[in-house]
Amino acid sequence: MEAIRTKIEVAGAGLRPVVGERQAVFEARDVSVFYGDQLAIDNVNIDIYQHLITAIIGPSGCGKSTFIRTLNRMTDLVPGARLSGQVRYRGIDLYGPGVDAVEVRRRIGMVFQKPNPFPKSIYDNVAYGLRILGMRNGLDERVERALRSAALWDEVKDRLGDTALGLSGGQQQRLCIARAIAVEPEVILFDEPASALDPISTSAIEDLMHELKRDYTLVIVTHNMQQAARVADMTAFFGLEVAPDESRRGVLVEYDETEKIFTNPSDKRTEDYITGRFG
Amino acid sequence: MAEPAFSLRTSDRLRRRQLVSRAMGAVAVGAALLAVAVLAIVVISVAHRGAGALNLDFFTQSQAQGFNPNGGGVLFAIVGSAVLVGIATLIALPLGVLVAIFISELAPPHLARIARMALDITNGIPTIVIGIFVFTMLMAIHGQQSAIAGSLALAIIMLPLVARATEEVLLLVPSSLREASLALGVSRWRTTLQVVVPSALGGILTGTTLAIARAAGETAPLLFLTSLGVSSHADANPFHPLQSLTLVIFTYFDVPALQTKAWAAAFVLMCFVLFTSLAAKLALARYRKKLGG
Repeated sequence: MEAIRTKIEVAGAGLRPVVGERQAVFEARDVSVFYGDQLAIDNVNIDIYQHLITAIIGPSGCGKSTFIRTLNRMTDLVPGARLSGQVRYRGIDLYGPGVDAVEVRRRIGMVFQKPNPFPKSIYDNVAYGLRILGMRNGLDERVERALRSAALWDEVKDRLGDTALGLSGGQQQRLCIARAIAVEPEVILFDEPASALDPISTSAIEDLMHELKRDYTLVIVTHNMQQAARVADMTAFFGLEVAPDESRRGVLVEYDETEKIFTNPSDKRTEDYITGRFG
Repeated sequence: MAEPAFSLRTSDRLRRRQLVSRAMGAVAVGAALLAVAVLAIVVISVAHRGAGALNLDFFTQSQAQGFNPNGGGVLFAIVGSAVLVGIATLIALPLGVLVAIFISELAPPHLARIARMALDITNGIPTIVIGIFVFTMLMAIHGQQSAIAGSLALAIIMLPLVARATEEVLLLVPSSLREASLALGVSRWRTTLQVVVPSALGGILTGTTLAIARAAGETAPLLFLTSLGVSSHADANPFHPLQSLTLVIFTYFDVPALQTKAWAAAFVLMCFVLFTSLAAKLALARYRKKLGG
């Protein structure tokens, strides 16, 4: 733990490479996703590293959300969705035989675009997963710890019994993060977590992500390039490729350290996108 | 200053449109008033005609045996109705909710369509047919009439109402809530039970109330399932044939001397239904308040 922390600080000080000897948590190999006959993302190959924040950026419809949802098998929930290739999580093929999607999602949590708290009390929102997954010992402490980690504790500690629907959008989103943290996942996926929030709430979420990467591996899909530049260590740029028959598919154009992507991208398409000439 | 080339006064065309608009508005208000008036007339005339028989004895005494012109009270008819409808609800509510869960959460689209159609057809079966069916099936096995048999017939009537109403509200539960739960590593079934169904509780309650009102008002399927051969008029055992409010109305109305009591029983039945729906609304309001949503 100490060693990793030091490495992050070194990386933050501008020494390269960011990845160093970090372990790849996810290895996506030739991943294509189809919705029915429609190819949504084509042949994505990417390694996502432990205790880093990896951002996925790109224009609308390029398959960013589709890709992040392959990482915890949320793609399974879309009727007619099919995946080819391999997504390995710590060496295990997530789509291999005998792998249970429910078990996968317990280890790889997710925060969604729109805050989606349950219509229950603040406390019950966080305790929900804990109770169902049998993590009942020290429930109060676990709830408090999760709320503290999500930087929400001080705002809600006196009204844990109130409905979560009475919180502001930014608070609701932090509650959703607390809910995800509570069940002690190893990875948290963020699918455009701040796109429905005001700038102050957005900045709170971003600060929080910096805190969280000490303990978790984070992947964030974002529309907002500044956000990617602010929070991410590594950035993947997804682009749209138009086939001769006019069908569109998402492809991974470039994946590198965030600073490289935003200052000196290797691919013309990345450069066009980040300089605003496209998208 | 020159006269403008256009006028902002009401033109003939506009006047005509306004007239049509006003007329249609009046028709709509009239239709609404008529609907309320029909209800009011029914309630008032039932209460008015039954008022003479509505006294304490009516509620506290059991029915008289045989053709006693006095008739007695409806205590056990109320109890019988409550038992009949209560047992029917205990059968139809969980079953209906499960069917709805199957249709909205689990079934592939073509199976869901078939199940939905089956429910609609069941809903369309004349209740007397359901009565005959249960009579033949159950009498053959059980050998005697009972309130349970009546409840079973009522449950068959209630099932499609509960299931369809529940299914419709389950579809309204945002999929983002399901996703939130599934993303925590909670299984589909637990998600349905702990997140989806509670969010849809209001609609389930409304659907159940409607079904209860419908079942409480049924007479046809009860006629030969629990009324013929009622040996005692002071009984609440569901394994025996029991009296019910609708049956009391049915039998009393034939006897001129007892018609006032039939009206009174009708009034009690209406109140029974009204209180059921009020209680459900109250329970719902309290539940919503707890959620603050």
